[in-house]
Amino acid sequence: MSAAPAIAVEHVTKRFRLLHDRNGTLKATVLNGFRRTTYEEFLALDDVSLEVPEGSTYGLIGENGSGKSTLLKCMAKIYRPDKGRIDVRGKVSALLELGAGFHPELSGRENVYLNASILGMSRRDVDGCFDDIVEFSGLERFIDTPVKNYSSGMYVRLGFAVAINVDPEVLLVDEILAVGDEAFQTRCTEKFSDLKRSGSTIVVVSHGLDQMRNLCDRIAWFEHGVLQAEGPSGQVVDQYLKQVRSDRTAYAARTRDSAIEAGETPIISRIEALDADGRSSELLRTGAPAAFRVTFDEGRIGEPVAVAIGLFRVDGTHVTSVNTGGAIVDGTGRGQRSVTLSVPSLPVITGRYALSVALHDANLMHVHERADRTVQFEIEPDPAYTSPQRGITALGGTWSAS
Amino acid sequence: MPVTRSRRSTGGFPRELLLNLTLRELRGKFKRSAIGWGWSVINPVVTITVYSIVFSMFLKIEPPVGDPSGLHTYALFLMCGLLPWLFTFNGLMGSVTTLIANEGLIKKVYFKRWVLPTSSVLAWLVSFLIEMGVVAVVLLIAGNMVLPWLAVVLALVALQTLFVLGLGLLFAPINAYFRDVEHFTGIFLNIWFWATPIIYPMTVLYRKDGSPQEIFGLSVPNLMNLNPMYHFVTAYRDLLYNLRLPDASTWLYIVVATACSLLLGSWVFGRLEARLAEEL
Repeated sequence: MSAAPAIAVEHVTKRFRLLHDRNGTLKATVLNGFRRTTYEEFLALDDVSLEVPEGSTYGLIGENGSGKSTLLKCMAKIYRPDKGRIDVRGKVSALLELGAGFHPELSGRENVYLNASILGMSRRDVDGCFDDIVEFSGLERFIDTPVKNYSSGMYVRLGFAVAINVDPEVLLVDEILAVGDEAFQTRCTEKFSDLKRSGSTIVVVSHGLDQMRNLCDRIAWFEHGVLQAEGPSGQVVDQYLKQVRSDRTAYAARTRDSAIEAGETPIISRIEALDADGRSSELLRTGAPAAFRVTFDEGRIGEPVAVAIGLFRVDGTHVTSVNTGGAIVDGTGRGQRSVTLSVPSLPVITGRYALSVALHDANLMHVHERADRTVQFEIEPDPAYTSPQRGITALGGTWSAS
Repeated sequence: MPVTRSRRSTGGFPRELLLNLTLRELRGKFKRSAIGWGWSVINPVVTITVYSIVFSMFLKIEPPVGDPSGLHTYALFLMCGLLPWLFTFNGLMGSVTTLIANEGLIKKVYFKRWVLPTSSVLAWLVSFLIEMGVVAVVLLIAGNMVLPWLAVVLALVALQTLFVLGLGLLFAPINAYFRDVEHFTGIFLNIWFWATPIIYPMTVLYRKDGSPQEIFGLSVPNLMNLNPMYHFVTAYRDLLYNLRLPDASTWLYIVVATACSLLLGSWVFGRLEARLAEEL
């Protein structure tokens, strides 16, 4: 980076006061001897330093509460850092909330001028690009209607059109790439590219990692207000994903085994492999009908349950995993409930296997209980197969020559 | 579409923003009402009529004779003091709540925060100027030749605007931290109204023998000197009712009060504005 950065963030620290009992009244304050009750300090940004190169598109990622939006607001001068400094070169436009400052009684036209002047544009500047703004918003017919009669989509589109047409040198964007319909989104993406081509610096906060990977040149990843990594977007997103995955594994720590070890009754009471006759068995056959059955205590979950089953070879190779895609049991019943996955023709070659089972919430986000590679069973070869089987799956099928 | 770029200064005086926010206040206030701007005049007219009936007819308050104008009408005497008072009242009440009312804006966009209370005061200034225009016409009809004095009145209005602005800048950010400042402001203004010789002439502060009334052993006319609005009202009455220039001492009080109000207001506002986005 030889060029001077568009935004230089130097050792920025930002604390928020979390008031335990917001002392909003004078009386309470006087009674408390002018101490504004007790508050906890929350470190939103902890000694953050980074540089956003001029003309680049820069992403800020992290979990909720990681400080990325706080940093964006500090860049926008909405928050003042407690320590450190932020130097922004050029005219800033922040897309933090679209249509902030719209007056419901005023027409779209009047609000465009009002909003643009809040963003720092003069009347003459707006005159010059008013038609662009209206065209971009697609609200030509409604521009003289009071905005209170706009739908929320129209409101946001007009706000976006104003904010993006002020031709900022530095554009700060918070989670608003997903506004409007398909056509409007395409126009937004085009406009971003235009801005990028013309040398504007764009800073984006988003949770959409794939989008960020494609859109951004560089990304900074925050966790609990601390800058974890900063670099080319692909690299940082990969690092972030790796971290998030290992966190998630740790989160789903409740397993059937740990429950039994702790002396509790596990939620999952039985896991069975069923052979072609529907009997619980430790011997299945390639190409024959088979089923896997999970029995659990529905009453202990008390909310809709989705079930996932994984098949592993004993050497640890992951053969396949399937889930119910959504809730299969509504969780209102008391007592034991069984969920069965029936396979008409088992497409797995001979060997020794283990079953993993997980009980999820309806969104498959949270794990109620899982059992890892618990039940083992053997798969014997299909007599119809004469050749030795290699690989993982049994393709089935018949040979022919012509 | 090609992106053209014009260089704009980011640190300059936000003239356009101030203008647009003031227009927003004004347009928003009377939009969708049939009489619209008429309300700005009807309200004071009704107040003046009611007060005139109660205080002049029932309570027999005698207005002073205009010196040298010779005017001797309670409603006109009242008008010259009440309208400037209402400007202070509305300007202060309006600016105190303006930061909370624009919470969404403050949290989402950066701009110079003082623009908000200022635009509120300016919007009320516009109403006030309209009212003063009406007052001038009424006084002319009553035979008071106010026209030569109007330039001085405008200077006085400018000083009062700065005075009110200073108070607004003082109370508005405090109200963001302690919400009951606006209730307190209401009570404070009520007391201030009665403590200012608006509906009564200064003569009621003296006993029959000519000695001043006293509260806790302190002379009320002397205490009155500490009330900036007394000096503003006196100056307006001198110019419009009496048709003479206010005393140098009156001007001095006004200029000092305005300077104090502005300095204190902008100092407090500067101290408190940094955390506004978090506190609101």
